[in-house]
Amino acid sequence: MQEKRSTWRETLFRNACLVAVVIPLGLLALLIGDVVADGIGRLNGQFLSSYPSRFASRAGILPGLVGSIMLVVLTASLAIPIGVGAALYLEEYAGQETVGDSLAARAARVWDRYFATVIEINVANLAGVPSVIYGLLGLQIFVRVVGMGRSLLAGGATLALLVLPVVIIASREAIRTVPRHLREAAYGLGATRWQVSRRIVLPSAAPGILTGAILAISRAIGETAPIIVIGALTYVTFVPNNLSSEFTALPIQIFNWVSRPQEEFAVNAAAGIIVLLVTVFSLNLIAVLLRNRLERRLR
Amino acid sequence: MNMNLNTPTETEQRMDVYASSGYPESDDHLDARDRMRTPLTGDTDEEPRPTEISVRGLRAGYGTKEVLKGVSMDIHANEVTAIIGPSGCGKSTFIRCINRMHELVPSAYAKGDVQFAGNNVYSSSVDPVLLRRKIGMVFQKPNPFPTMSIRQNVLAGLTLTGRLSGSEANTIVESSLKEAALWDEVKDKLDEPGMSLSGGQQQRLCIARTIAVKPDVILMDEPCSALDPVATARIEDLIAKLRADYTVVIVTHNMQQAARCSDRTAFFLMGELVEITNTDRIFTAPKDTRTEDYITGKFG
Repeated sequence: MQEKRSTWRETLFRNACLVAVVIPLGLLALLIGDVVADGIGRLNGQFLSSYPSRFASRAGILPGLVGSIMLVVLTASLAIPIGVGAALYLEEYAGQETVGDSLAARAARVWDRYFATVIEINVANLAGVPSVIYGLLGLQIFVRVVGMGRSLLAGGATLALLVLPVVIIASREAIRTVPRHLREAAYGLGATRWQVSRRIVLPSAAPGILTGAILAISRAIGETAPIIVIGALTYVTFVPNNLSSEFTALPIQIFNWVSRPQEEFAVNAAAGIIVLLVTVFSLNLIAVLLRNRLERRLR
Repeated sequence: MNMNLNTPTETEQRMDVYASSGYPESDDHLDARDRMRTPLTGDTDEEPRPTEISVRGLRAGYGTKEVLKGVSMDIHANEVTAIIGPSGCGKSTFIRCINRMHELVPSAYAKGDVQFAGNNVYSSSVDPVLLRRKIGMVFQKPNPFPTMSIRQNVLAGLTLTGRLSGSEANTIVESSLKEAALWDEVKDKLDEPGMSLSGGQQQRLCIARTIAVKPDVILMDEPCSALDPVATARIEDLIAKLRADYTVVIVTHNMQQAARCSDRTAFFLMGELVEITNTDRIFTAPKDTRTEDYITGKFG
């Protein structure tokens, strides 16, 4: 009797978990299926290589696609070095600078630990701030104060700010998984903190850092609100060719088409969504491949 | 001082270990022991060797917990000094204070006077990074770098710190591995990963890696506790040879190991040094009753 009951519970729990898997996957399949059904017919060479137009059939996604790719590259090259640097500081340096038990050394240790805790809490808070707020911050700082204007660089910098907390958190987690005995071995051989971080910690943590960073950045590709706020254009008839160029991005182009009344533009929007999804999935695929490759090398 | 003073049971235990583990020639090992008992210089065991490290009033701990409560002792050059004592008595903390590895643990502190090469290692003029190149360390668990080949592991101390010149690399690899008694086993597979070796070989690789940096002192923190008896015997043989060129300090849980491979033994209890004297004497005629209780197995 007892056994029978636990088996019954076991089955129930198993099926409940299965449902929890099926619901999101089913919804995702539904969404993708719907979009593909609407947009796949519009997806052709003309669509990928044309500029926006008043006529839906002549309009294309090229400026948005190029703009998005350039934004991703900019975001990654700003967010990853800064994020990894911050994570290294918090994990390897903070609170470890002093030895001895003089009053000054103790005070320095307490201050260091306090400082690291404050940063830690605020990084977690920042990860929860809505993206539109980052847009406003970027508008004020990068567009106006720094004077970048409504440029690609301002967009990339704003998105970098947006993903920075997630990159820091992911990098810290990855750095924490590096076994302590490896650090000790290197310190025992007379390596400096920088040498240990650079040669031992970073290579071992690289797969985890890359995975976290690429997932965060592929999230940023789809962000619309912050780059609308900093003033990305919706009707761009050129491909951005330098960092201070004005730009548009895939989600903005899609948003623009969706908000048009004509049926044909809705089809354009569906095709644009397919392009965006393919871009995001490719990034995620790169993340997985990179991680597998690095992990194999480490083993 | 005289091997005959060792209790017969201890010798029997030792022989049993080798018999059951299939150690091929236990004579090899006895050779090593005999070598160790022969003083390097002079005619008697009593000839004092110069002091390499002089510790006075060393206190250390973590946060508010004091682990070492004022330890003072001398470590003689070209001797093997064993540190024994029950778990938590501060043995590991003690040797980690000597090359300032202790302070890598957050909230750790240490104060006191540790004289080495004419300086207090805790004075502000001493760079712990340079100190650790002079006082190397071998850890409890063999820890070769997993991404590196055998050759790269040996050279790691030099490449990490950017001090390797290409022409001397091969010489250093060969001489270090020979000194660590590993050369014959790995000379044909130097480019295979360090992790592909057995546990005992990995530990000798770690010793080779430490030697390659050319330290004066080698600290060993229970280097055999993760190894089987055969691998342990090899490491102990190696320690006997290392004594000729280095000052060795070995922390061990295993009293037989201390008896087998050290010149002097220090007994720690609850953060204090109870007694340090010649190994033969501490196991046959300890001065302190606590030492006697520990080595006869009344506690610990």
